[in-house]
Amino acid sequence: MSTVTSPDQTGRKMTPKSMVVWGAVALVGAVCWAMLALSRGENVSALWILFAALSSYAIAYRFYARFITYRVLGTDNTRATPAERLQNGADFDVTDRRVLFGHHFAAIAGAGPLVGPVLAAQMGYLPGTIWIIVGVIFAGAVQDMVVLFFSMRRNGKSLGQMVREEIGTIGGIAALIAVFSIMIILLAVLALVVVNALALSPWGVFSIGLTIPIALFMGFYLRYLRPGRVMEVTAIGVTLLLAAIIGGNYVEQLGLADVLTLTPNNLVYALVIYGFVASILPVWMLLAPRDYLSTFMKVGVIALLAVGLVIARPVLENQAVTKFALDGTGPVFSGKLFPFVFITIACGALSGFHALIASGTTPKMIGKESQVRMIGYGGMLMESFVAISALIAASVINQGLYFAINSPAGATGGTPGAAANFIGTLGFTISPADLTAAAHSIHEITLISRTGGAPTLAFGISLVFTKAFGGGLAAFWYHFAIMFEALFILTAVDAGTRVGRFMLQDTIGNVWPRYADISWKPASWSASAVVVGLWGYMLYVGVNDPLGGINQLFPLFGISNQLLAAIALALCVTLVLKHGKARYVWVPGIALAWDLIVTMTASWEKVFSSNPKIGFFAQRSTYQAALDNGKLLKPAKTMDQMQQIITNSTVDGVLMALFAVLTLIVIASAIPVWVKAAKLGGLPTTEVPRQPSHLVDAAEIFATPQEKEAIREYQTTQRELAASKRELAGSGRSR
Amino acid sequence: MRAAALRAGHGIRWYLRQVTGEAKWDLYLEGCLNDDVEPMSRRDFERHRSEHLNKNPRARCC
Repeated sequence: MSTVTSPDQTGRKMTPKSMVVWGAVALVGAVCWAMLALSRGENVSALWILFAALSSYAIAYRFYARFITYRVLGTDNTRATPAERLQNGADFDVTDRRVLFGHHFAAIAGAGPLVGPVLAAQMGYLPGTIWIIVGVIFAGAVQDMVVLFFSMRRNGKSLGQMVREEIGTIGGIAALIAVFSIMIILLAVLALVVVNALALSPWGVFSIGLTIPIALFMGFYLRYLRPGRVMEVTAIGVTLLLAAIIGGNYVEQLGLADVLTLTPNNLVYALVIYGFVASILPVWMLLAPRDYLSTFMKVGVIALLAVGLVIARPVLENQAVTKFALDGTGPVFSGKLFPFVFITIACGALSGFHALIASGTTPKMIGKESQVRMIGYGGMLMESFVAISALIAASVINQGLYFAINSPAGATGGTPGAAANFIGTLGFTISPADLTAAAHSIHEITLISRTGGAPTLAFGISLVFTKAFGGGLAAFWYHFAIMFEALFILTAVDAGTRVGRFMLQDTIGNVWPRYADISWKPASWSASAVVVGLWGYMLYVGVNDPLGGINQLFPLFGISNQLLAAIALALCVTLVLKHGKARYVWVPGIALAWDLIVTMTASWEKVFSSNPKIGFFAQRSTYQAALDNGKLLKPAKTMDQMQQIITNSTVDGVLMALFAVLTLIVIASAIPVWVKAAKLGGLPTTEVPRQPSHLVDAAEIFATPQEKEAIREYQTTQRELAASKRELAGSGRSR
Repeated sequence: MRAAALRAGHGIRWYLRQVTGEAKWDLYLEGCLNDDVEPMSRRDFERHRSEHLNKNPRARCC
């Protein structure tokens, strides 16, 4: 017997007990949503959001994800997965479902779900909450799970490969270019977040800087002192990390404050050099140990935040819907609720980048097909929960302070007095003294125009933790949270540069085979330099943009990420149709339709809008016209800055148009395939034919009693088999 | 109560060893024992694994 039939697969009716349980979950969810919908004004507790999210996730996972797994995808646990068939202990490796969930979550979740919701909080807490929860249920988690499933059925092929083979060569090339260029934007925006968090923050620079020697020490420890003892060295590393955070408080006494107060441009150079070196060093030295630290911090802080929120029960300071949602004049990013909330919050609701992970290492490690539900759908629900926590953290901050932190320097003027005035024009009040006091409470020089989301989130987390755990440690918690974000952003920058370098080497290798040799230094060094140069340029542009880098680049990042999702969802639609399941095509179809409406509207506005605050080319011509007349336009202060704005808007506009066109090419080449597949009731695909599975494992998160019994039985037989083999070998030798 | 705490402790240790990849070494030793081959040293084994990681970078998402 190779599997145990779980009740889920037989479509058995619900028991009275589970009806009561799920009825109760639905009731909790309904009450929370009603509270959020109806309460206006003062004293809305953040817990309504938290529990509305949790109960919605539970119901979606129990009903919708199950429907997709067993009906739409038709997972078959008697069919061997690539991990079982091709097991080689390295790429293909049957991994315990709970362990794989951890790996997959660590790979998909990063700064994205933390930054997007913080920025989107300028439109109020309600639009973000609704999009994060509804979006993940019907789009993001569906994309992750369906791509994971189809890649698993094709021995773990990558997204680009699948698009080429299932849709066509032109679509495949467009997808490849899209993936590479979107990665560059992603790296630049993430690095920009770090720069904005560390600029003029000697404490932050001190503790983040120390992570490099700490990671190097861990690397050498694992390589030479005690190979393989990862847990031990991670414990040492985390202790050193905490010491580094605490030590940051004493930079002044150590006489390091001046040296470590870096300008944004110095940080750009530091990051570019760091990114280049890190991507060519062997992974054991820096990347692998860093990854242990950042994963530990990631999971730790997220868990702590969830606990902290429940204990602190903070009240939302944010409005449900602000006026910026309707008139589109918000200072954090321009544009109205539709479509801009939906592209600002990408990760956490729908993130195309996940399709790369779901068609990368994860599909090669799954033991049983139906586990795609907990890993793909479940992993994304978890990321969505992170996004909800971030949204709450940004919404419990005084709103005047929120806008002072997140408005570009060109608007706030950078000084407390000017910033307080500017906040007044937005309709909020905060005094210059309060702005200074807020910065001093966390031992920072200033909080004004610290855009990028990280400082806001760290401030919110520090508020929640101080309220929950007491002790007057606001400054420590703030820098703890900054460390947490910067650490895994830097890991993403290392890893992303490396992946980009491999992609580039692989592509150029098609015409010049030697270039693909990853151990050939001239190739790997030059490819790394190109990748770092590209994101470094965008980062430099972002840091020096008089209009504010986040304001300009974040929409570009959000739209491109969602455009990648459109490519992934188009592939899902194609495969559902090719497999002859046209009646279920609406499952990826509604996600794709919504995503296309949002991204195409957003890119259209970004390219063609006549409002210079939104349209890149309108911006370009406005500033060009002023420059031609020798006039200065705010926020530019010099003619150089005018020229800078003109160049940046042109670059951003061209990139925006390029991404949209690439996506449209993929969609256009998919449509004929859809029509043909629908007409014929299916088409041949590259799916690997079924082979029977001999592995016994649970189908879902929790093993049923029958499954547990079967697993025990299976393990006993495996052990007996091994023992008899050993005996045979032993007797063979003695003869 | 104590038994439950002990079980939870074991479970957490098991999970961490699996997630960090430490358990790969145990698995390898067991495999060598079954196939009756001399295992390589842990140092060499870990080098081998990190070399594989060097050539197969894993993306970290946003």
